[in-house]
Amino acid sequence: MNVVLDVRDLCTAFATRAGVVRAVDHVSLTVHAGEVLGLVGESGSGKSMTGYSIMGLVEPPGRVVGGSIVLDGREITSLSPGEMRALRGNRVAMIFQDPMMTLNPVLRIDTQMVEAVQAHDDVSHAIARDRARDALARVGIPSPDERLNAYPHQFSGGMRQRVAIAIALLNRPDLIIADEPTTALDVTIQGQILYEMQTLAQESGTALIWITHDLSVVAGLADRVAVMYAGRIVEEGGTADIIERPAHPYTRGLIDSVPSRNRRGERLRQIPGMTPALTALPEGCAFQDRCNRATAACAVAPPMTVARPPYEAQRVRCHHPLPDPTA
Amino acid sequence: MTLRASGDAPLVECRGVSKRFVRPLDLAARIANRFGGDMRDEVVHAVDRVDLAIDAGEVVGLVGESGCGKSTLGRLAVGLMEPSEGERRWRGTSLAGLPPAAARELQLKMQMIFQDPYASLNPRMRVVDIVGEAPVAHGLIRAHQQTEYVGLQLNRVGLDPTLMRRFPHQFSGGQRARIGIARALAVKPEFLVCDESVAALDVSIQAQVLNLFMDLKASLGLTYLFISHDLGVVRHVADRVVIMYLGRVVESGPAVDLFAAPNHPYTQALLAEAGSVEARKRTFVPIRGEIPSPLAPPSGCHFHPRCPHAMPRCRAEAPPLAPIGPGRMSACWLNEPDADPAAQ
Repeated sequence: MNVVLDVRDLCTAFATRAGVVRAVDHVSLTVHAGEVLGLVGESGSGKSMTGYSIMGLVEPPGRVVGGSIVLDGREITSLSPGEMRALRGNRVAMIFQDPMMTLNPVLRIDTQMVEAVQAHDDVSHAIARDRARDALARVGIPSPDERLNAYPHQFSGGMRQRVAIAIALLNRPDLIIADEPTTALDVTIQGQILYEMQTLAQESGTALIWITHDLSVVAGLADRVAVMYAGRIVEEGGTADIIERPAHPYTRGLIDSVPSRNRRGERLRQIPGMTPALTALPEGCAFQDRCNRATAACAVAPPMTVARPPYEAQRVRCHHPLPDPTA
Repeated sequence: MTLRASGDAPLVECRGVSKRFVRPLDLAARIANRFGGDMRDEVVHAVDRVDLAIDAGEVVGLVGESGCGKSTLGRLAVGLMEPSEGERRWRGTSLAGLPPAAARELQLKMQMIFQDPYASLNPRMRVVDIVGEAPVAHGLIRAHQQTEYVGLQLNRVGLDPTLMRRFPHQFSGGQRARIGIARALAVKPEFLVCDESVAALDVSIQAQVLNLFMDLKASLGLTYLFISHDLGVVRHVADRVVIMYLGRVVESGPAVDLFAAPNHPYTQALLAEAGSVEARKRTFVPIRGEIPSPLAPPSGCHFHPRCPHAMPRCRAEAPPLAPIGPGRMSACWLNEPDADPAAQ
């Protein structure tokens, strides 16, 4: 499998009145072709900001302040805005939580889709329209020929999200970053969208970064999972490893909080306290104040290490990783 | 839902309640009708002849997708809306035609906790007023006792009472949810309607708030109507589950039985779609079609266009909600003895 995206030590900082806040702090990620990477975290963990940083969509006062992003073997942090623009929607595309962020409400779907094709490809209007129709058909929109002439408000929420996905697919990108695309949708519609995305990733070999707070979505969809907390990746590994044998106490707490992991009617196991503000992170490990395994050693930020040597596929940022419960 | 274990009157009961939202014809349409046009009022049957009975101390989970009428039913149950049809009862006595003073007093017994902890708190009021206004207004406490009383309420939901002079924007989402709970509890209710009260919270905070709900149930003997689209949450907290689809109840029963063996095809589809952390990489099998518009619901059984077992009868006639087991009811023609799922 060839590497589509390689992110090393990415840092994105925001200048605020309370000082410089690192929303993304030395994040490293690798995504291979055809792979689905789940990026999991709670609000404020920096998971969306990681996606925006890769897309070059961070707006002032935010700024990518360090690290490298290599897409298809090419460093993209040093690209000019114009070069970045040529890349976005072409080699890498993003799907947002709210499809109305992607869609212009006053333009017909065909206008928007043809524009997206012709922005990157010198083709005739007729060919661009054909590609738009094929993309709509691929995401399961019935009678795509007629729907091309519709406006976004004539679609339901689930259908709008499909259109947004179709637009992301138009130029056959190597990487799609999906930022909570099913969170606002009903369960049955969410199932349909996940099904479409799963088939698409398998058929086209597109790499997918799926940003979500919902572990149950990731558990069914992703090949690998990276868990973020307070701007850092605290654990990453294969989906089964992360879900069945989490090594970081935060990952463990997150999985244990899910109601279906608890006995019905009993108290849910909960993580004490709340997510710290990024302006007031403790020195060292950001999770130490909520962690029952924390010791004096945690005042020094732990490096990303192999969780349980010699098994190298699961890495964790913790001085006191949990033992393997299944071993 | 008349099948209940206990013989006492239920704490809250809705009998055959309906809620219709009507948009009357505008002038142009009325003129068009004068000249032989055929324009009708736009009517949404948000809730269509639903029976709901909740026993004291019970937690009833109300599940459905957007637009199914679950929030409207919750608002009817708590009395925020008047039903277009049907009646509400509290401990067996009808709430219709009560003298205003008695109605107001009863209304305090029923409170609602809303979905959005950002929109349901007045941003210009301090927490002490948000939580303390109603008990003073209703004469539960005197104005000079407010600070002390609010302190007790905040303590009970796990908030630091020294923060009561703050405004809502100074709190996190989970803390705001707790303020909303403290506000509802401040008037000493017996019945709480929680409308998607944990939907906007992160998983770790959601667990804390769900635990708080269960602690409060144990310590105050509360009764809940727990409205949610999240089956995992409902499975965890509810004793009994009611499933709604497009304004009608399609299935109800004890949570354990219903989750173990769902009867209605819609319930089966919902459970199949509901993600689980246990699931490894799996193939998502989508249920067909969209949720129809409640403005123009399908004929007969509302679910038939998406149902894998739909028969001709389903298109023509709406199935009644009929008992299928101890405490369980389902509205599906497949449960009729002469049903033949093979007949298309």
